[in-house]
Amino acid sequence: MEGFKLIKQGAESKLFQGSYLGVPTLVKDRFKKKYRHPTLDDTLMKERIKAEVRAILKCKTVGIRTPTLYLVDLNRRSIFMEYFPYSVTAKEFIFNANESLIEVLSHCIGKLLGKMHANNIIHGDLTTSNILISNKQKIDIFYESFQNLELILIDFGLSHTDSTIEDKAVDLYVLERAILSTHTTTYNIFTGILNAYKIENKNYKEVFNKLEEVQARGRKRTMVG
Amino acid sequence: MVIAIGFEGSANKLGIGIVKDGEVLSNCRRTYITPPGEGFLPKETAIHHRQNVLKVLREAIDKSGIKVSDIDVVCYTKGPGMGAPLATVAIVARTVAQIWNKPLLGVNHCIGHIEMGRLITGAKNPIVLYVSGGNTQVIAYSKKDTAYSLSNDPSPGYNIEQLAKKGEKYVSLPYCVKGMDVSFSGILSYMEEKIESLLREGYTEADLCYSLQETVFAMLVETTERALAHCESTEVLIVGGVGCNERLQAMMHQMCLERDAKLFATDERFCIDNGVMIAHAGAEMFNSGTKMKWEDCFITQRYRTDDVETTWRED
Repeated sequence: MEGFKLIKQGAESKLFQGSYLGVPTLVKDRFKKKYRHPTLDDTLMKERIKAEVRAILKCKTVGIRTPTLYLVDLNRRSIFMEYFPYSVTAKEFIFNANESLIEVLSHCIGKLLGKMHANNIIHGDLTTSNILISNKQKIDIFYESFQNLELILIDFGLSHTDSTIEDKAVDLYVLERAILSTHTTTYNIFTGILNAYKIENKNYKEVFNKLEEVQARGRKRTMVG
Repeated sequence: MVIAIGFEGSANKLGIGIVKDGEVLSNCRRTYITPPGEGFLPKETAIHHRQNVLKVLREAIDKSGIKVSDIDVVCYTKGPGMGAPLATVAIVARTVAQIWNKPLLGVNHCIGHIEMGRLITGAKNPIVLYVSGGNTQVIAYSKKDTAYSLSNDPSPGYNIEQLAKKGEKYVSLPYCVKGMDVSFSGILSYMEEKIESLLREGYTEADLCYSLQETVFAMLVETTERALAHCESTEVLIVGGVGCNERLQAMMHQMCLERDAKLFATDERFCIDNGVMIAHAGAEMFNSGTKMKWEDCFITQRYRTDDVETTWRED
């Protein structure tokens, strides 16, 4: 792609950054996976582009910040969307920020996810790499205060928008696992997230009960005694 | 210098191996093979292990060319696995440790696979895909077995692989990836439900094996790739019995090529459960000063990989 440069190869797409119609743009190219059967690859690519677009739009309508879509092209296997030049991932943020900022972040993530689930949107791949923290003042300062920062949810390729309690619980469980394997802060990020989740999702009790069930079957605990 | 002997019998393989500082001195194994269409059950598997364990032990010592007095540590599989087979082999390990007057170490089976894979391939800190019947594949495979009564010799997975090579037509099957987890239960029910009608529609058994393999492996490769991207790692190591499937290795290799990662895989000598992996992982633990009290040397059917404290690694 002319004028676009490859900035990252994620798990299932290449990300290119450049300018489209005069605005900073990110192109997410779900390139052909040669290891998969072509039929399967084609089906998955289309399914995921559609799921991503659908979830991004639904998030927008309920007031969750996601990248603005500029162009969706199934033949080119690509989505053109808003690029956030002044942003870091939550993962990076947690590595660099102090405990009190991490606490605020956890609270914000929890509220965001509560709202998302209250609107029956399931992300499907929640990790700290899939949450961006962007500075609204368009400067590269992140670790002083949370005031001008906003959260942007990205990577909706595995999402769906018709959901059950089980789906919500699994969504949270996937996030818990991702946090445990990536972060070792003394502050318990996941507990912070759950506490704030309650504020935005009235049905949190059902979800949390289900989460306990999912946790119990997900990890085979040792049977001692 | 550490010489370690390892006893493995958590499933249908009975293996005893001896290693000397990462060098394999002997690697002996017997597999309990069930009739076509049947899986292995704890009781019969335990009987198989009991009948063979002393012969295999003799063989392992003779092949290694060492005297039992040279052995520094006796290692056995503590879990996870089937209770009765685990116990059968653990009893022998406990007994010889007492007779020879050597320290005894219980080793986590999964850690055994991983450390063995690192030793054989030289991978440093890879993302490890551990595929074995117990965790993943047997669910899909055992159902296929009941449908077609595939032979269990040498292993049902191997026979699926051979049959799949003849498959041509691809059937869409449920594909279920949740973050870095996969779920195979959907594919299993789907197969059960649809097998009859798919066969009537002109798909062959080979086509179904082929499609099943393509779909299941695509899920495994995709989740591995997710883990690679998330951890920013560049090494993949495949271990476990299913890990010697050539199609899985080829798909993984292709994925690695597309993102400049390196693939490490081993062949059936070390992929499939064996005693050497237990000996080697045990030797690493022994070297780093791990000691196990006699009363802690029990077995446990459930033993999570992340319950083991990795004292022997600094990274």
